[in-house]
Amino acid sequence: MNAGDTAWVLVSTALVMLMTPGLAFFYGGMVRRKNVLSILMQCFFVLCLVSVLWVVYGYSLAFAPGTGFWGGFQWSFLNGVSVDPYNDYSATIPHQAFMIFQAMFAVITPALILGAFAERMKFSSFVVFMGLWLTLVYAPVCHWVWGMGGFLRNLGALDFAGGTVVHINAGIAALVTALMIGPRKNADKHIPSPHNLPFVALGTALLWFGWFGFNAGSALAANGLATNAFVVTNTAAAAGLSWAFIEWFRNGKPTLFGICSGAVAGLVAITPAAGFVNVTGALVIGLLVSVFCYIAAAIIKPKLGYDDALDAFGVHCIGGIWGALATGLFATKLVNSAGNDGWFYGNPAQFMIQVKAVAVTLIYSGIVTAILYKAVDLVMGMRVTTKDEDVGLDLTEHHERAYTMLE
Amino acid sequence: MKMIIAIIQPGKLDDVRDELYKAEINLMTVSEVLGHGRQKGVTEIYRGAKEMGNLLRKVRLEIAVNENFVELAIKAIVKGAKTGETGDGKIFVLPLEQTIRIRTEERGGVAIG
Repeated sequence: MNAGDTAWVLVSTALVMLMTPGLAFFYGGMVRRKNVLSILMQCFFVLCLVSVLWVVYGYSLAFAPGTGFWGGFQWSFLNGVSVDPYNDYSATIPHQAFMIFQAMFAVITPALILGAFAERMKFSSFVVFMGLWLTLVYAPVCHWVWGMGGFLRNLGALDFAGGTVVHINAGIAALVTALMIGPRKNADKHIPSPHNLPFVALGTALLWFGWFGFNAGSALAANGLATNAFVVTNTAAAAGLSWAFIEWFRNGKPTLFGICSGAVAGLVAITPAAGFVNVTGALVIGLLVSVFCYIAAAIIKPKLGYDDALDAFGVHCIGGIWGALATGLFATKLVNSAGNDGWFYGNPAQFMIQVKAVAVTLIYSGIVTAILYKAVDLVMGMRVTTKDEDVGLDLTEHHERAYTMLE
Repeated sequence: MKMIIAIIQPGKLDDVRDELYKAEINLMTVSEVLGHGRQKGVTEIYRGAKEMGNLLRKVRLEIAVNENFVELAIKAIVKGAKTGETGDGKIFVLPLEQTIRIRTEERGGVAIG
């Protein structure tokens, strides 16, 4: 047990916790003001719901040494998860510190999806869908990549802080739900404008801040590897400013929304790579991710006509895939001897392993998300009525409004 | 010349604008207002008892038109804003004495469009 490591992981846990409220503002600023509370509510509800489910059975499903598919229920209610280290995951910190750190990842992953179906999902159905998704998509995929005996882990897939588990997983679920729920009313004619870009900037700042815990905390120790992750995280986020340059080139002006989107895209892409690449790799990852995400969000999406309202797929899935593949290109044992070399360091096999991990996640998450969505839709109905959509979810789903006009 | 003032549901603004554009009425002033008519605050949007009697958020459009556009504008607004339920709003048509385009100081019908 190491006091410094334990302190860092606990602080990192708090940092990652702050990302979900940060995401709430990031997304909340992008919607119309009649729906801002619905976004904040969904994020906060997921924070609470998943935190509870995680200690009841979620952690056990994801991390207990179970079958190849998932962990089983033997660690339910943290039975056997003590404050002593559990060597298979983290030899120098209490097992419960690892558990609660992982809880925050389980919280933010389903929350990422809600950007896709923003402004039109029934809250009751949302709650059921999120609980099911955590159980049947997040927990198994998390187990495959990070759990003892997980087959992607045994395959040698590199995912330092959750590019596959978090971003690709949530991102493909976002595309599936956006396709299944259908576009917002009139979204093809009038793209709804973000109602509060300062909120988007605030959310970006909180996400960036929290991401230091997300990535550097994933070293599970206060050491050089954590520092490397910290440095490359900041570098890739900053390099995401290429988004603003693309806009400058294409539209004549750079935008605040663009630079915020680029920073988040950079953070997404560096997530799987943070513990395996050096700063040069981080620069390339960050500079290029905005190109891919920009193409997905600003060019492909309007062409294909699906309404991924807040670009959860365009940023998290595309950025996550690029990050996972780039890890297979830029990883080097010079950064992390426990990792592996990527293609550019003479090991093309690593790239193919990354492709396999990405494909497995896309297929599994995509299919199971579609089944869960359909099931909840049949039983409860997923979409609010057109009238409720017109009035806005704040009033119709929560009986609250964010802004008054008079005192 | 007539001044058309329409009070509509906020969520219907996009639909109304679409219909007005189709009728080639492109100039309007839009403001957000609070108020209520026969709805008296008891409408589907206020399901909670706590919200009863509150003023409702509405959108007010002001459109100055020449005589031959009056019916077109009314039809377009009705088409865009009507749901058939209480709270769809009202259209007021007022005589308009004069219109002056500030830039050119033109007056009357030519200054409207």
